[in-house]
Amino acid sequence: MKANVYVTLKPSVLDPQGKAIQHSVELLGMKNIADIRQGKFFEIALDSTISEAEASAAAEKIAKDVLANPVIEDYKVEIVQ
Amino acid sequence: MKFGVIVFPGSNCDHDAYHVVSKHVGQPVDFIWHKETDLSAFDAVIIPGGFSYGDYLRAGALSRFSPVMGAVKEFASEGKFVFGICNGFQILCESGLLPGALMRNAGLHFVCRHVNIRIENDNTPFTNELENGRVLSIPVAHAEGNYVCDDMTFDQLEENGQIVFRYCDEDGMLTDESNPNGARSNIAGICNLDRNVLGMMPHPERACEEMLGSNDGRDIFRSLTNAIVYAEARV
Repeated sequence: MKANVYVTLKPSVLDPQGKAIQHSVELLGMKNIADIRQGKFFEIALDSTISEAEASAAAEKIAKDVLANPVIEDYKVEIVQ
Repeated sequence: MKFGVIVFPGSNCDHDAYHVVSKHVGQPVDFIWHKETDLSAFDAVIIPGGFSYGDYLRAGALSRFSPVMGAVKEFASEGKFVFGICNGFQILCESGLLPGALMRNAGLHFVCRHVNIRIENDNTPFTNELENGRVLSIPVAHAEGNYVCDDMTFDQLEENGQIVFRYCDEDGMLTDESNPNGARSNIAGICNLDRNVLGMMPHPERACEEMLGSNDGRDIFRSLTNAIVYAEARV
């Protein structure tokens, strides 16, 4: 079993790196780009013996306590078989 | 009296802090490896600058899990002094010992130069040798010094006098140009509610000798020494 964790900046937090990436993309000649925001993606491999509920609880805890800083970031957990 | 300087894998301003305490403040000081869990021998600990754990995940995020940080939390709760400089400030925010977070500089660049900071609260253990409004010239060297917090936290910081240093121009005016990283309200350093834990992005330990361009940082270390003497006298 695998957990995918997405960590993104809260909408209220400015993302200077995302802005710089957007600027570069526009220099490529791409048009109609309204916004780009940068985030982080984690793949967590879990023991195959645990249930989906246990996997989800473990991944939630890892995301909340380690991977995301709740002051500036949100996270989303996805369990993949 | 004894100072401690915590050393994480990747700390690189630990020797500077040690040098300033031993040479310019003239007090006993020891290094503390991050696996240590007993801080009973110390009156103040400095969490120095550097790139602990290579800044992996987020600056300061992994250091929070080092064994010594549990001891630092307990140490702080006893009212003893904790002083985080640069990466030390980031670690204190990640650990929840100080509110808010330090994000990527607004200009994206690593900023390494002397800046001016203004004393916003001279009634703390770290600023008792200084006066409100005085401007210090202290170097910064960081890529993640952009202080952010929500509105409620900011109001509490203001109301409780927890904003200790703000970036300013040489006349003490708070301008956007004098803010090296986009920090909210030009915040360069804050303390906790009890005022025994302070974090700041500028490096006062690099400004203690005339030949380095400024010795303004000495007054911060002298203030902390006064505070320890005062705390010892009360016991």
